[in-house]
Amino acid sequence: MNYFNINFSLLFDPLSLFFICVILLLSFPAAIYSVGYLKNHYSPKKIVLNWVLFVLFIGSMILVVSARNAFLFLVAWEIMSLVSYFLVTFDSHEQKAVRAGTIYIVMTHIGTAFITAAILIMFKYANSFEFESIKHACGIMPQGLRNLLFVCFFIGFGTKAGIVPMHIWLPYAHPQAPSHISSLMSGVMIKTAVYGILRFIVVILGIGSLWWANLILGLALLSCFVGIMYALMDNDIKRLLAYSSVENMGIILLGVGAGVLFLKMNLPILAVLALAAGLYHLINHAIFKGLLFLGAGSIYKATGTRDIEKMGGLIKLMPVTAVCFLIGALSISAIPPLNGFMSEWLLLQAFFLGALNLMGGWKIFMGLIAAGIALTGGLAAGCFVKAFGITFLSLPRSKKTENAKEVSGGMKFAMIFLSVLAVCFGLLAPFILNILTKISAFIIGVDVTAVKFSFNNISAFIPQSNAYASASLLATMLILGVIFVATFIYFAFGKSKVSSASTWDCGYYNLTSRNEYTSTAFSKPFRIAFSFFLKPYKKTEKIRDSFYHVKSYKYEVFTTPVFKRYIYDPILNLVLKSAGQMRKMQPGSIHLYIAYIFIAVILLIIFMYRI
Amino acid sequence: MRILSVLLQVIIAVVIAPLVSGVIRKIKNNMRMRKGPGIVQPYFNLSKLFYKDEVVSRNTSWIFKITPYIVLSSTIAACFLVPFFTLGNSLPRVGDFLVLIFVFGIARFFLALAGLDAASAFGGMGSSREMFISALVEPVAILSAIVVSLNVGSTSLEAISGNLGGLTVSSVIATIALFTVLIAETSRIPVDNQETHLELTMIHEAMVLEYSGRSLAMIELASHIKQIIFFAIVANVIFPLGGCGIFMSFAFFLAKLLIISVIVAFIEISMAKMRLFRAVDFLGFSFVLSVMSLVAKTIGI
Repeated sequence: MNYFNINFSLLFDPLSLFFICVILLLSFPAAIYSVGYLKNHYSPKKIVLNWVLFVLFIGSMILVVSARNAFLFLVAWEIMSLVSYFLVTFDSHEQKAVRAGTIYIVMTHIGTAFITAAILIMFKYANSFEFESIKHACGIMPQGLRNLLFVCFFIGFGTKAGIVPMHIWLPYAHPQAPSHISSLMSGVMIKTAVYGILRFIVVILGIGSLWWANLILGLALLSCFVGIMYALMDNDIKRLLAYSSVENMGIILLGVGAGVLFLKMNLPILAVLALAAGLYHLINHAIFKGLLFLGAGSIYKATGTRDIEKMGGLIKLMPVTAVCFLIGALSISAIPPLNGFMSEWLLLQAFFLGALNLMGGWKIFMGLIAAGIALTGGLAAGCFVKAFGITFLSLPRSKKTENAKEVSGGMKFAMIFLSVLAVCFGLLAPFILNILTKISAFIIGVDVTAVKFSFNNISAFIPQSNAYASASLLATMLILGVIFVATFIYFAFGKSKVSSASTWDCGYYNLTSRNEYTSTAFSKPFRIAFSFFLKPYKKTEKIRDSFYHVKSYKYEVFTTPVFKRYIYDPILNLVLKSAGQMRKMQPGSIHLYIAYIFIAVILLIIFMYRI
Repeated sequence: MRILSVLLQVIIAVVIAPLVSGVIRKIKNNMRMRKGPGIVQPYFNLSKLFYKDEVVSRNTSWIFKITPYIVLSSTIAACFLVPFFTLGNSLPRVGDFLVLIFVFGIARFFLALAGLDAASAFGGMGSSREMFISALVEPVAILSAIVVSLNVGSTSLEAISGNLGGLTVSSVIATIALFTVLIAETSRIPVDNQETHLELTMIHEAMVLEYSGRSLAMIELASHIKQIIFFAIVANVIFPLGGCGIFMSFAFFLAKLLIISVIVAFIEISMAKMRLFRAVDFLGFSFVLSVMSLVAKTIGI
């Protein structure tokens, strides 16, 4: 067998095409945005480097989702990882970027190692890297081996997807890249992991046991909660968005996991619905997270900081960015009639139908997952009220923010483009749902031509639960409602006189931006209520003039990164410690080294003649 | 024809919404051996506010100005999804119970933003606490909505409200859980207190502290309407609609509102407002209730 005699032909089935569409949908605005973003920020040489890496990055992602065999897939996967490493460390003069890059490259290669192992095991059975022959071989594998393959793939792709507890690289790497790259990484790169899960686990491996679905659902739910909890606590706007990506990947995988579960439970229509909801959220997340990262990039460009505690009042200085960021924040918080609402509603419907059709403990499990989605939805709304409110509203909290200027035309265009998409993907939900139903039916391999999840292309309609949801009708009602309310009040009560004055200050002197509520204060109730998980601690420092008079008071609050502290740090310490032990073997004495060689030779001889 | 009857029902609901608040206040005052204002006092308050001039903070942006319109219109839009006193009188194919819960999110999101807009610490405090409470209420709302929907096999509010003779243990427990959602969402004791203006304890009132005149009137009207929607839903799960004529059902509707008002008023006078982190325990309790209702549903009672 010649390992290099592989087939470079590509595969364009509905699953691949869907992901290619998502990638291209976000690459276009990101490319336009990057022109304005890089200007005056980097040297011309760096800008050229950025374009080279950008094109390679998009190309490798497209190759990942369109490869026809596992070998090409692995090669493309590795190119994607390496190129994105260089993009994460694009600001290579910053110590933080290099550190983030290192964490990223280590974690992503641990993941790749698992994927490679799984693919090699498959190759041993199929004697080929082609997807078709692997799929055939998977049908005759023993169950234990399939379980092993599932675990390998899930760890491998879960690492890329940022699923808890493999998420730790994501909040370092995503904020560190230039913003258009962050938007691509969060918007589409981590989605290639969902492609991997769908392609290798659902399509090729086939669903083996029920616990696969349980594992996916359990870790996805955990990701939702952990991601949004850390996002709420964070004051760095890009890291906040990165943590929120962990949450949204959790929501997407809830759809995938539910699809797997329902398929195994012999409820194919529900499986199609759940998977379509997951894919819908995937494309929605690409749109609004891309939009939010671009918005965060504009803020960073205008103010030179990513700390939202130093922002405020930007809505007056950067009106277009503010509107676009608001649309992103509304849709990620699942506010109707935007796109995030439709996908979360569909997902809740899928779990409701699961609870309706399954019996016993499964019913409770489904209900609890729906409650979990609701909790993360509520926390996400809180998180994005904070992100938008502290950044854009009230008074500027620093000098730099006071002098912020609206960004250039290209950057505005990219954000407006994605905002329009966010609105359209909500209003046109029935169309999109029909397409997604076909795609997920293809993935799962069932025929659902008889089932339509839409009514007259106006309402999304779930016949099994007789439930409708129509973003377009809701939008119409809201617009008509505002017009009606305004005219009714005008004609009934006349024109009202509006005078402006200062904010109520309890009769104190004039309020300044120091009296505003801060981001840390905003998240305090959450920090206290969820202290069992966040384990907050604070550092206070009093700076005194004299014993009696405190001149200033410094207050910092931190949360314990539980996964880093209790999982990764011990492992890292173990590795470092054992490396330290190993070092004793290498004391620098040439005699000892010759002895090693001698022992090794003897051992080899024994090994060769062991029979 | 249907659109007219839907419209009529919504108008009736909006018109009598402030009355419910007036009745609750009257009952509370009578229970406390006070005289108190008449039950139409909320109308007087609203009309006074509608005619008044407004004072708007200099620090605010357009978010602050559009919020009252969005809050009121989204709450009125929510009315169209709810069958109040007859079946078949909600707008078809717009949304179900879950959509209704999402629609309330619009008003909450914008109110919380408006709270932060005026650069006042009170507003920020109110926004933060409102989002905190609502995040904890959300799972209870969704889970109990799912349980009452499981009883009829559909999340449509028409189906849930028309479930004659389907009263089970699970739907009773779920209704109690929904009732705690009602208390939290309408900012009633023990989660919040509508009457307080003490800076450190208010939640909803702190968010709207900067509003005056017409804008305040719109926000207050919206909270009256939100209240009647919740009352109607809770009432219709326990005492389903249908089976009698339009006038009888309207009379039943008023009777149901009165019963719930008495319960709410009784809870309000017999408890003190919990401090914020005790409210977490209260909402934890209501989550346990909704899980219990799901368990009850699972074992088939």
